[in-house]
Amino acid sequence: MRPERGKTSKMILSLSKDEMEIVREQDVVPFRNRVREYSVRIKMGLVNQTKLITAASELVRNMLNYAKGGRIRIEIVSKGRDNGIRLTFSDKGPGISNIDLAMKDGWSTAKSLGLGLPGARRLVNEFDIKSEPGKGTTITIIKWSNG
Amino acid sequence: MEKIPILKMGPFLLVTIQVDLYDRLALNLESDLIQMVNKVGSKGVLIDISAVNIVDSFMGRILGNIASMSRILDAQTVVVGMQPAVAITLVELGLPLNGVRTALNVEKGMKLLQSMVSPDEAGEGENIEDDTIAV
Repeated sequence: MRPERGKTSKMILSLSKDEMEIVREQDVVPFRNRVREYSVRIKMGLVNQTKLITAASELVRNMLNYAKGGRIRIEIVSKGRDNGIRLTFSDKGPGISNIDLAMKDGWSTAKSLGLGLPGARRLVNEFDIKSEPGKGTTITIIKWSNG
Repeated sequence: MEKIPILKMGPFLLVTIQVDLYDRLALNLESDLIQMVNKVGSKGVLIDISAVNIVDSFMGRILGNIASMSRILDAQTVVVGMQPAVAITLVELGLPLNGVRTALNVEKGMKLLQSMVSPDEAGEGENIEDDTIAV
């Protein structure tokens, strides 16, 4: 057994990145394919790939529906021996006034099932949401290759 | 505009989704399918999603809608061929697709549809099996 390198393994390093602009529904398919390419590159298993892409699909839909689009950064990140994909969704939409409510299952301002945000959070390993009403929303998710 | 073909097979409609779906395409499929059920008086709808890599909450809702709408029009819906990774993801997402009948593959799905529809109704269309019996 090699000794653990301890604290340095806590740091998340970004290895490779790409940015995509999403303005219409048809952009979603190439975006999902790009996320798949990146997850295949780090040898993520099929189930985790599917979970990540499904979560990404939910978040990109929110971005299109509520903010008329935005930018997404796709990154390969590493923490210690773990590799993963980090996706950052940023939009300049109306923002979310009550994040706690938006994260609740079944709550929706649109006529949807209200599964988007809470569902996406369940499918990934790390989920961070920052929003300022009137300014926009940024959501960051990470799925570790074997997480 | 892309379209997903709907095939008529005797009393049933068969849809094989071979492309990556975006929301508009899925919505169009929903309305086309329901109109077709009404137009040709189908007794069943078989949707093959074996080539679909992801089903998110929107697509899941469309599948549920198709099932409930066809039921109102007296047709049964069976979804077949779901990939295991998609099934795992759907349940974790919180969408267990209650109310949608499923089968492992097209063959089993067809059998299920036939068993759900009473024999005299299934005979209304040009059912291949009935034809061979008649000959």
